[in-house]
Amino acid sequence: MNALEPITLSRLLRPAATLLLILTVLTGIAYPFLVTGLAQLAFPDQANGSLIRRDGRPVGSALIGQAFTGPGYFWGRPSATAPTPYNAAASGGSNLGPRNPALRAAVAARVAALRAADPGNTAPVPVDLVTASGSGLDPHISPAAAEYQVARVARVRGLEPARLRALVVQHTQRRQFGMLGEPRVSVLQLNLGLDALR
Amino acid sequence: MTNHAWSLLGLYLVLLLLSVWPLGRYIAAVMEGRVRWLRALERAIYRLCAVDPGQEQGWLQYALSVLVFSCLGTLALYAVQRLQVRLPLNPEHLANVSPDSALNTAISFVTNTNWQGYAGESTMGYLTQMLGLTVQNFLSAAVGIAVAMALIRGFTRHGALSIGNAWVDLTRVTLYVLLPLSLAFALVLAGQGVIQNLAPYQAVQALEAGAQPVPSTQTLAMGPVASQEAIKMVGTNGGGFFNANSAHPFENPTPLTNLLQMLAIFLIPAALTATLGHLTGDARQGWALLAAMAIPFVAAAVLAISAEQQGNPILTGAGADLNIGVAHDSQPGGNMEGKEARFGIADSALFATITTAASCGAVNAMHDSFTPLGGLVPLVLIQLGEVVFGGVGSGLYGLLLFAILAVFVAGLMIGRTPEYLGKKIGPFEMKMTAIAVLVTPLLALVGTAIALMTDAGRAGISNPGPQGFTEVLYAFSSAANNNGSAFAGLSANTPFYNVLLGVIMWFGRFGVIVPVLAIAGALAAKQRIPVTAGTLPTHGPLFVGLLIGTVLLVGLLNYVPGLALGPVVEHLLLWTGSFGGAQ
Repeated sequence: MNALEPITLSRLLRPAATLLLILTVLTGIAYPFLVTGLAQLAFPDQANGSLIRRDGRPVGSALIGQAFTGPGYFWGRPSATAPTPYNAAASGGSNLGPRNPALRAAVAARVAALRAADPGNTAPVPVDLVTASGSGLDPHISPAAAEYQVARVARVRGLEPARLRALVVQHTQRRQFGMLGEPRVSVLQLNLGLDALR
Repeated sequence: MTNHAWSLLGLYLVLLLLSVWPLGRYIAAVMEGRVRWLRALERAIYRLCAVDPGQEQGWLQYALSVLVFSCLGTLALYAVQRLQVRLPLNPEHLANVSPDSALNTAISFVTNTNWQGYAGESTMGYLTQMLGLTVQNFLSAAVGIAVAMALIRGFTRHGALSIGNAWVDLTRVTLYVLLPLSLAFALVLAGQGVIQNLAPYQAVQALEAGAQPVPSTQTLAMGPVASQEAIKMVGTNGGGFFNANSAHPFENPTPLTNLLQMLAIFLIPAALTATLGHLTGDARQGWALLAAMAIPFVAAAVLAISAEQQGNPILTGAGADLNIGVAHDSQPGGNMEGKEARFGIADSALFATITTAASCGAVNAMHDSFTPLGGLVPLVLIQLGEVVFGGVGSGLYGLLLFAILAVFVAGLMIGRTPEYLGKKIGPFEMKMTAIAVLVTPLLALVGTAIALMTDAGRAGISNPGPQGFTEVLYAFSSAANNNGSAFAGLSANTPFYNVLLGVIMWFGRFGVIVPVLAIAGALAAKQRIPVTAGTLPTHGPLFVGLLIGTVLLVGLLNYVPGLALGPVVEHLLLWTGSFGGAQ
């Protein structure tokens, strides 16, 4: 049985301060800079935000949604970011509780806006299209939410619905490895594809 | 539960169980000093710190070491936040963090809580994120694992004065476990789309530029995210780089990163049960503890996913189609408020269960917008004391406290002196166990009461009715048990909440760690007692049931009144058609 050292403040402070300093350099400088270097070498595109360029100019990120309000574009999830929707410098959800009257009012207003933009459409409105996402930056909607909007966009743009459906399918991602996450449509990329149709 | 939900839960459990044995063995080897590939660096660190790695510490010195180390870490993290305007790598020129918020955040990260009163992308510069927050993500995790190891040594040693050397334990855990795991995980995350750069925020021209009320440019927040994201999960920290945490596509871009993040949360807490099995020389003891964690977890996951998939009648009433009863994959359906389309219901509700069963607190969906029962599950998991896997290290030592309590209860029933893992449990150990088990509910409930009785506390509530009460109860439960997730409607970035929650996080952490180390010291000094016919076996289904029962009993006795006033009332009102926001 080894005898224990007497406890003194200096025997505690010296190792505590030195170890904190050394591990701070290792985990707070060496580690993040090493990851930055390796990521920039191996995955420069992803590490810098998966930017989408059109004519050389960045028009968005493949991972971050944008606000769409015109009837000629597919609309994404409602966004609760402040002060404007899809503010990618201030992410966040609505945090409305399940029984909050403001939630009911917001969802009802979104349903009404969708119905007003497409009066003939009697299909049910998929819930993801009228509820705010957690990040406020959700780039995706469900395939059902895209299908709900096909008739409207086709009419406004004067396109065949079948052609639009093919475009939606082209921008639909299935479950990853067949079992992870949900099938989904990237709204920004779909709308970019829409603008490219002539 | 959809087929997708069942297969996701099954896949998750299989992958987790496959990792337990090898990683648990590896951590045992690290803690015994048998892993030495960085020994030159290790030796240099000990020399600079004037530490003799062969000189062990008694429990009091170990506890004081951890406390002094954590106090200095708090001061350093506070200083970085308060000085960030003058420090480099702050391309957005974010202002110094306010004193109360900086104090709260410093305590929050040092105690492995990672409660966040601030919004990351508009508050913290890159250097603060790296040199401040990332560092404590590592070090608070290392402290948790070190304390768990010290407690294991209490059981494995006999007639010993010492329970290890805190400096050596902290160094080895950081170098050999946390850094390699985080480095590998960070690179996988970056490959999937998690950003990792030091560039200023990127402005892009929005596609529908000019349409009202949308601004024509969108500013994308940037930063060194992947490196922090990795240790945020591996260390069960949970503090997001961004305000939206793991719901943010730059933190958690794909369903694969979501699965890996969920695995990373339970990785070390699950493996430590096998570490205990190795170090005590009886693997069955580790498996029994793992079972006592896994069984309540699976039940909680099924309940949370089912409740969220069932959805919210108010959404249906407002005209939304929740895809109920029709098993088709064209939309997730259910309660999608506050959830991401790529994760849907199952991958969100499972994440919520995991992050609160462990003391992680990262979120990929907003818990405040969960259904009442879906939100009850995370709250209860937190209130059980973070022992259903729990935090790295803290989950194991927390569950061992309940195991001591369970053998004590069993001892009372059969009239024998309680013993666990070959050690007699005496009055001193029971007193320390009682303190450690009761300190967190005391902090959570007293804190909730104070907040509800003061104007400053009530001012933070955002949702009307029982949900507002649950926001407060959740905040204090989360802080006291060092989880860090929130019913985030609560506006907690005020001096009142920052200070009160800060104090509660500190005592919720060290009010448990000190008694745990005292128990470790007392047990290490005792002699091993032989197993006899009268010994209660602690590796079989009977003990697993007893242990789960003890955890549930203590948790429910403490919290049932609070739960009844919050989520239970909310659930009854929701499903009886009371839609109003009656106070």
